[in-house]
Amino acid sequence: MSSPKNPPALLEVRNLSVEFMPNKNTHLKAVQDVSFSLHEGELLGLVGESGCGKTTMMLSLLRLLPEAGRITGGKILYRNQDLLDLEESQMSDYRWKEIAIIFQGAMNALNPVRTVHDQIAEAITCHELKTPKEKLDTRVNDLLEMVGIPASRGSQYPFQFSGGMRQRVMIAMALACSPSIVIADEPTTALDVMIQAQILELLQELSRQLGLAVILVTHDLGVVAEICDHVLVMYAGVTAEYGDVDTIYNHPVHPYTQNLIKAFPNLANPLDSLISIPGYPPRLDALPAGCRFEPRCLKAFDRCKIDQPPVYELKDRHQASCFLVEGQK
Amino acid sequence: MDYYVPPTGFKSVLLKLRGNWLAWAGIVMLLTTVILAVFAPRIAPYDPYADIKVSIMDIYAPPSAQHLLGTDDAGRDVLSNFIYGARVSLIVGFFAAFISVVIGGLIGISAGFFGGKIELILMRFTDIMLVIPDLPLAVVLVALTSPSLGNIIFVIGILGWTTTARLVRSQTLSVKERKFVLRARAIGSGNAHIIRRHIFPLVLPLMVANSVLVISLAILEESTLSFLGLGDPTMVSWGQMLNYAFTRGGVSSGAWWALVMPGLGIVWVVLGLTFLGHGLEQIFNPRLEAHHLSVGKNMVVRGKEGAGDVQP
Amino acid sequence: MNNDLILKVEDLKKYFQAEKTGIWSSGDKQVFALDGVSLELKKGEILALAGESGCGKSTLALTLMNLEKPTSGSIIFDGMDITNLQGDAQKQMRRRVQMVFQDPYESLNPIMSIRDLVAEPLIVHKLFLDPQERETRVRQALEDAGLKPADVYINRYPHELSGGQRQRVVVACALVLNPVLLLADEPVSMLDVSIRAEILNLLADLRREKGISVIFITHDMATAANICDRIAVMYLGRIVELGSTKEVLAHPHHPYTKALISVIPIPNPRHRRKRIILQGAPPNAMEIPTGCRFHPRCPAIFERCQVDDPALMTIRGNHQSACWLKNNGHSKA
Repeated sequence: MSSPKNPPALLEVRNLSVEFMPNKNTHLKAVQDVSFSLHEGELLGLVGESGCGKTTMMLSLLRLLPEAGRITGGKILYRNQDLLDLEESQMSDYRWKEIAIIFQGAMNALNPVRTVHDQIAEAITCHELKTPKEKLDTRVNDLLEMVGIPASRGSQYPFQFSGGMRQRVMIAMALACSPSIVIADEPTTALDVMIQAQILELLQELSRQLGLAVILVTHDLGVVAEICDHVLVMYAGVTAEYGDVDTIYNHPVHPYTQNLIKAFPNLANPLDSLISIPGYPPRLDALPAGCRFEPRCLKAFDRCKIDQPPVYELKDRHQASCFLVEGQK
Repeated sequence: MDYYVPPTGFKSVLLKLRGNWLAWAGIVMLLTTVILAVFAPRIAPYDPYADIKVSIMDIYAPPSAQHLLGTDDAGRDVLSNFIYGARVSLIVGFFAAFISVVIGGLIGISAGFFGGKIELILMRFTDIMLVIPDLPLAVVLVALTSPSLGNIIFVIGILGWTTTARLVRSQTLSVKERKFVLRARAIGSGNAHIIRRHIFPLVLPLMVANSVLVISLAILEESTLSFLGLGDPTMVSWGQMLNYAFTRGGVSSGAWWALVMPGLGIVWVVLGLTFLGHGLEQIFNPRLEAHHLSVGKNMVVRGKEGAGDVQP
Repeated sequence: MNNDLILKVEDLKKYFQAEKTGIWSSGDKQVFALDGVSLELKKGEILALAGESGCGKSTLALTLMNLEKPTSGSIIFDGMDITNLQGDAQKQMRRRVQMVFQDPYESLNPIMSIRDLVAEPLIVHKLFLDPQERETRVRQALEDAGLKPADVYINRYPHELSGGQRQRVVVACALVLNPVLLLADEPVSMLDVSIRAEILNLLADLRREKGISVIFITHDMATAANICDRIAVMYLGRIVELGSTKEVLAHPHHPYTKALISVIPIPNPRHRRKRIILQGAPPNAMEIPTGCRFHPRCPAIFERCQVDDPALMTIRGNHQSACWLKNNGHSKA
């Protein structure tokens, strides 16, 4: 619902569902009925435990899934075009040119026998084939400068860069074709806290300068609180809660979100006792019949075991899938 | 990606085996050969070791109802020779390979685990053995001793361990660096304990896969030695059949059955073992696994009309 | 040695020989992984060793465990000098100092059952030779580590357990020998946040109930802050700040500590504070800067810093810092 006050979303995902079929008889619901939107220049944090489906959902945005992956429902509206309606050959106009991704651990997957300059150049030539060499070199140097790497280091090899620098190279690669959206999957997980701060600051800067929208996938709530505008909390493939960062952290309504925040050490109050959520997320081949969080939820009641709560839309672009909020609209 | 925990351990091996047609082809080929060898007395129409009376008509007789694959230079039934010949190939193959794998395993684990001077000496020795061509050396060794089955097994065994040693060493090196080995040290384990409990069990699967290939090489080598006339003259073997067919006028007589059959036998069993070996390697060597993202046509399976909107 | 102390480390140094790498030969360089570390640990105390990668904290753990031989310096454990232990004496010591490793997925041999894993230390040290007694001890250790009832877990294999459970098994393996000191190397970094508290609380419980001392190595000060009594901040092979957790977090003195604390993400958007983001990364441990090793990245540098190498100096009570800035952290010493 767009209006002058409410600019249209750059990306609108509606009721996305993704399954895995490792063999004919197994349907693993990795993502079920997830919706969110993303505006220009917005930083969205996608939070959840390992295995909750966040990476799978991001890969679905690019229509890149493992062989067993199937997108079984929903719409992915990018600038009002449903990407799921497109033919595979048309998708190549979107991958990297409109939506780019920095894969988890990609900084360790750089080709060790090619220079950094060449690898970034390759990202460009793969998508914009007929680029004259001069233009290519200039663009690569610009990208390196943009991520804080002196252009002269382009002729070096990945092993000559530290972890943080390699991550910057990955960011440069992602920006190669000037996308509007960059998905960063756990960009700072393996990095020290100081380097993490540098990378997050870089992402923030780039977003500001280029009007870039960033989806930051992470399990680290602190990182999200630091730079994101909106947060989508996922649990076992469904939306637990979705809202702006202040609401999620200070007025969460879903028990999972509430517990997750309490489990997070807070340096501002270091001696607050940390809670841990007993149990562990369900395996996709053993999902509970009712609410997926119910086995670990301290506020569960009978209905939670039987029915799966739908995603309720509360006011102010705030969603939560919990029966407890049913009355509040 | 933890979305789905596939079965591990033995179950996973069986599962991976199911889809691996290479391994299955190998198993089938090997099994037929083994059955042939084990049940030779019952399957073969004639006994190659029995005394027979022959006339000139029986030499290199073409295939007939009595001799389905004809006869050889001494009037013996080629089919029966062929079936019994499987025995020698398999016996030599398995036992020689066993010796090779044991030697290779010992050298590989010692070199990989202890490193330093021990590794240097052992690996340089391995390199020298690799460089020396196996066949001429085998020929020399067998010629120096008497060509009995035991000697052949021994000679092939002590020459065939080099690839195993290298493989085992590299696997030992990688297992040695794993955190649970560090943990074992941290609790005070000695070297013997670590090798026995941690290194060896994780090196064994690769050794098994490799041993299959070593068997095939041993069989090939035995056939070659027999073909060159260095085999055990008291036992029928495929290489020996080829040898006789070549040196005793088989070619000029046009007795293709005497040449083709043993050759085919060797090819069959070596190929089968190679398939099985490669198949097992694919199963046991996790590094050969690839996890690709695809852009398959089957990916989007929902209808063109997406599902409804978020529930208000 | 003070009877109160379980561990006293004096001027510990560990230098590694950098290997020649052929074309890009680094010559005869040394890696100064530990360059003079001194600390004391009281019985029943939990000390955090905080620092980024390359600061030497893991090397310190390995050296304390005698898994690496120190280049110089001394380690005194419960009154006994263990710096250069060998053979039987070393094996004896291993029973009393145990390590909890970072990676619960890798530190357990996947082909061994939980029973075998927890029993292994007993077998190695030839304790509880009677299988029945051994079984009881194994179950006890599993339950002490919070895996109750032990029956459910004892026959399983590592891949059948979750990350948190696996880490508990690692703790059980460490507990089975009744150690008095645990070295926990990033014990929760690889676990999901929602289950970290379990392991942290487990360590705190072990301290409270059995008086086990813990050295908690981490790069995440927020986690350490929750259960540790004191924090030692490491940088390039030295301790640059040491003090009680409350004191160090509330009044950090060393500029490095200040920067580290300022960039630790706080899970509350209303608390966005000014972050001191240091540029670049710590130099590698082969090229230690002259003077104060932190001076190339220090936002509060002045002349003395490039020349004189500060040792740990008392700021207030137990709070020490290796920095030339005066007590109030502003004026120059």
